[in-house]
Amino acid sequence: MKRFLLFLPLIAFVLVGVFLYKGLSMNPSARESALLGKPMPEFSLPNLHDPLQQITHENLLGDVFILNVWGSWCPSCYDEHNEIVRMAQMGVPIVGLNYKDERSKAFRYLAQLGNPYSVVLFEEDGLRELAFNLGVYGAPETFLFDRDGIVRYHLAGVITPQLVDEVIMPEVRKWQAKR
Amino acid sequence: MDVLFLPEFGQFALILALAMACVQAFLPLIGSFTRQPLWLAYAQPAAWAQFTLLLISFILLSLSFLLDDFSLAYTAANSNSALPWFYKLSAVWGAHEGSLLLWLLILAGWTFAVSLSRGLPVEVLARVLSVLGFVSVGMLLFVIFTSNPFNRLLPNIPMDGADLNPLLQDPGLIFHPPLLYMGYVGFAVTFAFALAALWSGQLDSAWARWSRPWTTSAWAFLTVGIALGSWWAYYELGWGGWWFWDPVENASLMPWLTGTALMHSLAITEKRGVFKSWTLLLAIFTFSLSLVGFFLVRSGVLNSVHAFANDPERGFFLLILLAVTVGVSLLVYAIRVPNLKARVSYSLLSKDVLLLANNLVLVIAALMVLLGTLYPLILDALGSGKISVGPPYFNALFVPLMLLLGVFMGLGPLSDWKQMRWQKLKKKIWLAAAVTLVLGFVVLPWVYDGEWHLYVALGLTLVLWIFTTSFRDLWEASQTKQGWKGISRSRLGMFFGHIGAALIVLGVTMVSNYGEERDLRMQIDQPVVVKGYEFTLKKLIHREGANYIADRAVVEVRNPSGKLINTLMPEKRLYTVRGMPMTQVAIEWGFLKDIYVAMGEELSADAWAMRVHYKPFVRWLWLGALIAALGGVLAITDRRYSSKKAQEQLTAMNAATTPPSAINSVES
Repeated sequence: MKRFLLFLPLIAFVLVGVFLYKGLSMNPSARESALLGKPMPEFSLPNLHDPLQQITHENLLGDVFILNVWGSWCPSCYDEHNEIVRMAQMGVPIVGLNYKDERSKAFRYLAQLGNPYSVVLFEEDGLRELAFNLGVYGAPETFLFDRDGIVRYHLAGVITPQLVDEVIMPEVRKWQAKR
Repeated sequence: MDVLFLPEFGQFALILALAMACVQAFLPLIGSFTRQPLWLAYAQPAAWAQFTLLLISFILLSLSFLLDDFSLAYTAANSNSALPWFYKLSAVWGAHEGSLLLWLLILAGWTFAVSLSRGLPVEVLARVLSVLGFVSVGMLLFVIFTSNPFNRLLPNIPMDGADLNPLLQDPGLIFHPPLLYMGYVGFAVTFAFALAALWSGQLDSAWARWSRPWTTSAWAFLTVGIALGSWWAYYELGWGGWWFWDPVENASLMPWLTGTALMHSLAITEKRGVFKSWTLLLAIFTFSLSLVGFFLVRSGVLNSVHAFANDPERGFFLLILLAVTVGVSLLVYAIRVPNLKARVSYSLLSKDVLLLANNLVLVIAALMVLLGTLYPLILDALGSGKISVGPPYFNALFVPLMLLLGVFMGLGPLSDWKQMRWQKLKKKIWLAAAVTLVLGFVVLPWVYDGEWHLYVALGLTLVLWIFTTSFRDLWEASQTKQGWKGISRSRLGMFFGHIGAALIVLGVTMVSNYGEERDLRMQIDQPVVVKGYEFTLKKLIHREGANYIADRAVVEVRNPSGKLINTLMPEKRLYTVRGMPMTQVAIEWGFLKDIYVAMGEELSADAWAMRVHYKPFVRWLWLGALIAALGGVLAITDRRYSSKKAQEQLTAMNAATTPPSAINSVES
């Protein structure tokens, strides 16, 4: 038994190695969300740019839009930012959800990279509002809501140009076309 | 010799170095199995030859940079004729290929140093050099086959180079990578000693004594390297922070944490002969984590500000290298490590156990950092997308662990080996504990802004606790006939190491709780106020540097009483060759606070978005790291390592069942 214990570090390392190997050939991929087809949770969060203004789910309904969860602390968010900007330029309303961040850092992020969001919600660390109810466990995550506020697409991970062109934009157009 | 062919000679030297590394690795291995002393003796000259050849190779690559030989792909991508000579030189290790060559040169340098060490039995030396040779063979193969810095761009030689990344055009970056690599690679020596011990089966405390100075020096280098990197991020990246939990920072922190644990664990093993298998495992872990970090940075599996240019072939090669090195060493460990049962006994309250507790905390912290760093990768591999966990995760786990560590840091030095009676310990610490609790927890947190914050109270309590117990220990050490002069260098080393740690805690506590960061609009002659300090933008200047153009703001800073304390001149630079913008921050620094001004975006002809930071005590972070590293240097220069006689005495002392007096027993 003792001898077996001595092999534990080796076994642990082999496991890590397998993940590292997979990581080499991995591409960001979409995760099936339990929320697909579910309505947007009710919430009330302050506007990042105007702490006094509370935004609720009712303010967002009525149009197809994308909700992007981000934070200045998240390196992958920097990577996907160009794609967010591109989608905004294509006329898709994008709501930002600034997650577990600090206002000043969020401002710096937007000042540095540009602000593609029609509005940015600010969910402080420890607050269990929208992100919590959406089952967000990191950043970046992206949701597509239809006109009735139903989740139609969910991506946990980085948005790539390919995803935008081949998956997200067609989805957006599809739900925009539905009356 | 025609200057034109220098890179080819460099390449040739690299290949010869590989041949020598093979000799250094294989001949002693075969020699030790066939019991032929002659074969063992090959290790030392081979190590010397390898070092010389790598040095030649490195010098030739540096010459290509200094002579602006842009026919070299690597030079063309990372240098420019307009660069000042010192940046041309530091550009040698400014990207993937050259930094690998530096890594190899440093490994060969450490190997060379080990081969010169006196007092090592021939057979042990040969085994250690052989292990180091294997590491070198692997890395040389990697360089020669996937990352050759001597590749030519022929026949279309570029007119000029693409310039060194402007972020790296900074004095900090001249020293940061070499120091960091000295640390990472230095742990290879301890790793080699551990494997050599497993290989020979001679697991007495001698190997712990031999590895200790090497571990401590590697640790000191790594400490300074990390601190320098943190300082660089603070003033060069213009982010104003000092630690970002970036994967690459984590890659350097993990071996530092286990290296710190290893340093302490080696002390127990040397002094008391216990926890041998744990120490061996730590030695393997520490170097393995250096390699894992290396893999994470170079293979591009994770997103990071430091991301090196990468391709999958390199990543694959590195993974094989990692798997072979770590896999084989852990396998050797599992097969060769003797029965776990220690013959020496110790009670639950003793220096032994307190040091073990410190080890556990440090290793848990390292595993936690590893998990946080790999988390995105694991999720990705499981098909759940790329996600970063970010600072909230790290801070939530790291801070409590470090608080716990601080408690042990105070108790450890004051306890005796083997057994410590609680009555005795209580006598030693009650005053320190009382002073610490009253001042640190109750009084001092009020001083700064008249309010009591839990985090400040905890942080300051810890700082005072380490200070008071460390001074108590130093005072105890001075209670011999020789008085203060009788305190050994290693005891002083520990003192400075711990004081350095306390200063880091002080810096972190103050800057995280009282720091202020503001993004403001500054218009000419319209003052703004941050933390009582008044900032006035006086004018905006456009100027041209050697390889960049810049907008410079002139900002007057007045203290709360209205006195002008400094005129700061931050810049926004555009490096013309790469078209890359850079923020050059201006800092009014002091021991009590830094005032930090950086330029954001231009808002109108006479107004800019500016970033103003107020950072109390932030310097103490880096100062603390330097002091801790100084402690390491003191410990290495202890007499018992330099004179042979002292070593013999020490061995004799260790042979005794009980340490003869409290003076010897508390020394670690």
